Amino acid sequence: MYPADRRYTKDHEWIKVDGAVGTVGITDYAQQELGDVVFVEMPKPGAAVKAGQSFGTVESVKAVSEIFSPVTGEVTENNPVLVDAPEKINSDPHSSAWLVKVKLTDPQEVASLMDAAAYEAYVAEKAKEH
Amino acid sequence: MVNFGGWDMPLEYSGILAEHDAVRSRAGLFDVSHMGELEITGPQAINLVQWVSCNNAAKLAQGQIHYSGLMTSRGTFVDDLLVHKISDAHYLLCVNASNQDADFAHIAENNKFDARVENTGSRYTQLAVQGPCAAGIVQKLTPLDLSPIRYYHFAFGKVSGVDCLIARTGYTGEDGFELYFAPEFSEKLWNDLTEAGKPFNMIPCGLGARNTLRLEAGMCLYGHEIDDTTTPWEAGLAWICKMEKAPFLGSDVLAEQKQNGLPRKLVGFEMLDKRIGRDGYSVSIAGKEAGRVTSGCPSPSLKRNIGMAYVPPDSTALGKELEINIRGQAAAARIVPLPFYKRP
Repeated sequence: MYPADRRYTKDHEWIKVDGAVGTVGITDYAQQELGDVVFVEMPKPGAAVKAGQSFGTVESVKAVSEIFSPVTGEVTENNPVLVDAPEKINSDPHSSAWLVKVKLTDPQEVASLMDAAAYEAYVAEKAKEH
Repeated sequence: MVNFGGWDMPLEYSGILAEHDAVRSRAGLFDVSHMGELEITGPQAINLVQWVSCNNAAKLAQGQIHYSGLMTSRGTFVDDLLVHKISDAHYLLCVNASNQDADFAHIAENNKFDARVENTGSRYTQLAVQGPCAAGIVQKLTPLDLSPIRYYHFAFGKVSGVDCLIARTGYTGEDGFELYFAPEFSEKLWNDLTEAGKPFNMIPCGLGARNTLRLEAGMCLYGHEIDDTTTPWEAGLAWICKMEKAPFLGSDVLAEQKQNGLPRKLVGFEMLDKRIGRDGYSVSIAGKEAGRVTSGCPSPSLKRNIGMAYVPPDSTALGKELEINIRGQAAAARIVPLPFYKRP
């Protein structure tokens, strides 16, 4: 379910690192919890983001949720597809519906995040609370 | 599942957008068993109904329903409700789940008539079939001809062999029926309605779609547009507040407010921004704080972001621009007519 090629946060973001750049999105669990996504607010290229701090919002029909940066760095790109098709977050959260690319300040930072197995266990616990 | 007034309720089944669309274009099935029922009976039942509520129940024919407000002595809402006239000596009130006990206590406390008040919520399950195909679906399960039942009227009849009060009402802005019946048949009727709805592609709908549907239809939700601080005048509900039948609870205060002017008025707005003005966000006009959003959502039918808000009474002109404070930024909106959506 959750790809092994990336790391995950407790706030349900994922980050896939390629060299010095990490691609960030929200997880399938997050999109399910949100329901139909209708609007995404993302930081612009050049914006500085900090690990654990809010850098944007995802709005669904029922609620608005903040998205938190998994890492510290600088935004190099945001996903233009989501401007007109925010619903892609529901259909393809782990791939084409990535949110931003971030140039990492410290590539070692991602090591502290959960791997796929840990995240899967984490959401399984969450699901039990429902 | 979410906790709603003490009930575990599904917020969505297949997704709010799909459920919303089903109700607008075909049909949706809602489990609204949480709704409360109170019954007022006895020779002076009408006097008690007239005293505690603001609409004129003396105008109701047997088998007719109206929307009304249960009033405090301050002319504000204890609750909003549907009043069903079963007979001259028997009225059924459908009230909000979370207010049911408070409503009962309030009515009992103000019962100075030869009338009996009962909290009968546990005797009813309520299922709602809503949408343009609703009549066709319910008709398959009942020998009763539904076509003579007009909007806001009801009849007693069997649906799938179960005794029901069949009311042509709803909270979606579409045609539809709300069925009141004994709880032991809940599962049977849910399953039979689901089966009957299959050829119409009816789907089950949760609280999420119920909210977007009612908001598009400009209907108030207790705790949002109305509560015990708002009057019918402020909420744009003058049409359910009949001063000619006064005195009733709060009528003196309401007469005074009508005379002296309102502190605020409810308006509909649409966002000129891509963001959504949601419940509780503050509203400014020309940079000055002026009110508050009561409900807001993306409108699936209109493809715009809509909402309702309280603003000063001199700022309600259609087209007037509002600024909605969304997470520290002003987002532009403008006042538009209510309801946002009317069925074709």
